[in-house]
Amino acid sequence: MHHLTLAELAAGLAAGDFSSRELTETLLNRVQAHDGDLNSFITVCPERALAQADAADARRAAGRAGPLTGLPVAHKDIFCTRGLRTSAGSKMLDAFVAPYDATVVERLDAAGMVLLGKTNMDEFAMGSSNESSHYGPVRNPWDTATVPGGSSGGSAAALAARLVPAATGTDTGGSIRQPAALSGITGLKPTYGRVSRWGMIAYASSLDQGGPMARSAEDCALLLGAMAGFDPRDSTSAQVPVPDYAAALGGELAGLRIGLPREYFGAGLDADVARAVEAAIDEYRRLGATLVEVSLPSTELAIPAYYVIAPSEASSNLARFDGVRYGHRCAAPRDLHDLYTRSRGEGFGAEVKRRIMVGTYALSAGYYDAYYLKAQRIRRLIRDEFLRAFETVDVLMGPTSPSVAFGLGEKADDPIALYLADIYTVAVNLAGLPAISLPCGFKQGLPVGLQIIGRHFDEARLLAVAHRYQQVTDWHRRAPAGYA
Amino acid sequence: MEWEAVIGLEIHTQLATKSKIFSGAPTAYGAEPNTQACAIDLGLPGVLPVVNAEAVRMAVMFGLAVDATIAPRSVFARKNYFYPDLPKGYQISQYELPVVAHGRLDITLADGSHKRIGITRAHLEEDAGKSLHEDFHGMTGVDLNRAGTPLLEIVSEPDLRSAQEAVAYMKKVHQIVVYLGICDGNLQEGSFRCDANVSVRRKGATAFGTRAEIKNINSFRFVERAIEHEIERQVELLEGGGQVVQETRLYDPDRDETRPMRSKEEANDYRYFPDPDLLPLELDAACVAAARAALPELPDARRARFVEAFGLSPQDAEALTASRPFADYFEALVAAVGGDAKLCANWMMGEFAAALNRAGLDVTASPLGPARLAGVLQRLRDGTLSGKLAKEVFDAVWAGEGDADAVIAARGLRQITDSGAIEAIVAEVIAAHPKQAEQYRAGQEKLFGFFVGQVMKASRGKANPQQVNDLLAARLKG
Repeated sequence: MHHLTLAELAAGLAAGDFSSRELTETLLNRVQAHDGDLNSFITVCPERALAQADAADARRAAGRAGPLTGLPVAHKDIFCTRGLRTSAGSKMLDAFVAPYDATVVERLDAAGMVLLGKTNMDEFAMGSSNESSHYGPVRNPWDTATVPGGSSGGSAAALAARLVPAATGTDTGGSIRQPAALSGITGLKPTYGRVSRWGMIAYASSLDQGGPMARSAEDCALLLGAMAGFDPRDSTSAQVPVPDYAAALGGELAGLRIGLPREYFGAGLDADVARAVEAAIDEYRRLGATLVEVSLPSTELAIPAYYVIAPSEASSNLARFDGVRYGHRCAAPRDLHDLYTRSRGEGFGAEVKRRIMVGTYALSAGYYDAYYLKAQRIRRLIRDEFLRAFETVDVLMGPTSPSVAFGLGEKADDPIALYLADIYTVAVNLAGLPAISLPCGFKQGLPVGLQIIGRHFDEARLLAVAHRYQQVTDWHRRAPAGYA
Repeated sequence: MEWEAVIGLEIHTQLATKSKIFSGAPTAYGAEPNTQACAIDLGLPGVLPVVNAEAVRMAVMFGLAVDATIAPRSVFARKNYFYPDLPKGYQISQYELPVVAHGRLDITLADGSHKRIGITRAHLEEDAGKSLHEDFHGMTGVDLNRAGTPLLEIVSEPDLRSAQEAVAYMKKVHQIVVYLGICDGNLQEGSFRCDANVSVRRKGATAFGTRAEIKNINSFRFVERAIEHEIERQVELLEGGGQVVQETRLYDPDRDETRPMRSKEEANDYRYFPDPDLLPLELDAACVAAARAALPELPDARRARFVEAFGLSPQDAEALTASRPFADYFEALVAAVGGDAKLCANWMMGEFAAALNRAGLDVTASPLGPARLAGVLQRLRDGTLSGKLAKEVFDAVWAGEGDADAVIAARGLRQITDSGAIEAIVAEVIAAHPKQAEQYRAGQEKLFGFFVGQVMKASRGKANPQQVNDLLAARLKG
């Protein structure tokens, strides 16, 4: 049953074809059998999962089951889970157990979902290859010599390998969409403020957004419905009603205006990726949509702006990891300065240190105006360009990533090359928009992702548009060899 | 050479909210270490701040009380620095856009004249925890109970010209925040503390001298002394051909001196930037209007009204309005007595204040409510009691022997006003002291006091003094 989608598993549970315990045991066995190769989990919690599965079965027997009751899920290890380690992929938090649940965890828990474990990720969500994790790199099930993408690479790989039917991720500059593309699954980055950030360890607070990852748009709709909504504990969460995403999936595409940003199909885009994306767009045209060429001229400024704003916020967000109250503390500190420098020096990896230094520099007196403030101005410009485009189109489409999965270690010594590969994803975060990535083809056996960007709080449309494509294609149904 | 001091104060007012500024943890003082700090105050990963609306309301009330502008949009910023008692590695404060700006208040100088002092800004921020260096054998303990306590930092213009003016200003701000009920005003517990920026310049100069900042002064007396010492130090330095270094200094009340804490040059670059976890604080006109409607009468207005409505002297009005509960007590007393504000004022500032003082009590802890005190004053006004008896009754009522009438009845202290009865006593006394009566009649008029004393003694203090005087005078003539 591991190959079934979340929606199909829900139907199976409802029909009594299998119990949540049977499903959970099956998947736990799969994790045990395959994750040695993939390293997609940091923590697996079989006892807790089976107890939750039994509770879900009891709830179903009592006639109180909801649409997600008894369905297994894995959380990116950036969402705090009460009583279960939350590491953020860092040595710094290797021994950290939160005394509270993230809102996302709490909500999926209340929906009756069964937590299988916590997935691997780039350290503090900084990375797009999942190689910066303290727990080692995650391997892409489509080719274990390649990366799954990041930072939510553990969730993406576990989904692609059919170890879980549903997972959570976070997306600060593409960390849901890019691994979804590289691992051949479907992932949605919601509008900033749509999903509560409470209990989600911060990387860059004004950009971070939690969202669903699954194997279809329909599954993402089911998950998002449970995850989204106002949370009084997060001042930046939006008081916007949550529509019934699953119910909004039907409908035809006639009249849909699709914008194609010229800048998303230019130099740097792999020709095979371009072909796959163009073929998908052509499919949409056949389904009745109108194609409109648009321009987002500030696209190339998104990367420098992002790599000022995100590290600036990160340098401050990560100051709390000082070895004083929790987290890694160096052995036998000589004095306060020694405690700080060695605890942080030992606890953080190279990429995290790089971003803390960049951010500290950008916020320093004398540089603040030239870097941080200027980046914020570019951010407004980018947002305005998107909003102008959405005056004439309903969604924007393009590639999620300029290339397919690259080899493990291939870009490890070239952080700039990694940063540049975020070209199609970071602007969306800067503008606070929702976007989804879904599989639309392959290049030499490696998945290609199509990105669809929507208006603020227009997730229902994004999901419906993606779902329509998945009704007439089967890219999302393909499984990597050995994991079918 | 004549020197002039230029002083500005930054006052940290702890707002009297029940919970912290960004979390629901309680703010009570004096609890066991780390028992009043929740996950947010501890800066655990993934937690988020939510601003306490009550703290915002209090800041707005202060702004309105000092005629300031209330910013329709203000921004919380992060002040980044590492310290063990700063859990997040940054303090949430307001930097470029504070909630309150451009206020002012008037202080009264020693000669009775008034001086207007500008208030540059007042901004909301969170307090840090406490580092405890004693009892930890070469280590440092951290108590985070205070972390996240709401503070309103009130920054004055450099309008103050002497230590005395600085104290008058600090007292005035103290009076206002306590009147508003937004601060308990407790200096010992650190609810109200200040930093002083002090510089000196030649009289007549317009440019400012280099300033030193004196940190964390927590009493009115220390403010005065710290500033005086700092002025002296700077003048001596300059007159000796030296220069003032911009630095932070600490006042040591035991040695009565200031000494350098850390040099500003070495100080942190705080890397302020808007806190992305908090939306800008937006206050609409309705919200400001609601705060305005909730403002109590402020000390200056109340003092003026006391002069106007009760016919009190400005000095008496000032003394009675020094604190809001004292003024409230006074108004309740006048209402209960049914007039005679002057009598009420005299008793409040006399017997009542003295009794509070002896017992070391604040008016809010007085064992004697306004109604009870009014009972004593009514018996004084209707002639039942003489002034002297009234004081005896007051003491008994204070001691808890019941209300005025009960004490009068129990102790038989009713004043004798029956002329016949007093006349009989007068006659008796004169008859008992024929020699003195003779001497008085021969011109030794100072013996009159002796006879008054004898009559009062014979009446056990209860004879109406005026009647005793009149009747004695008449009889002794005869």
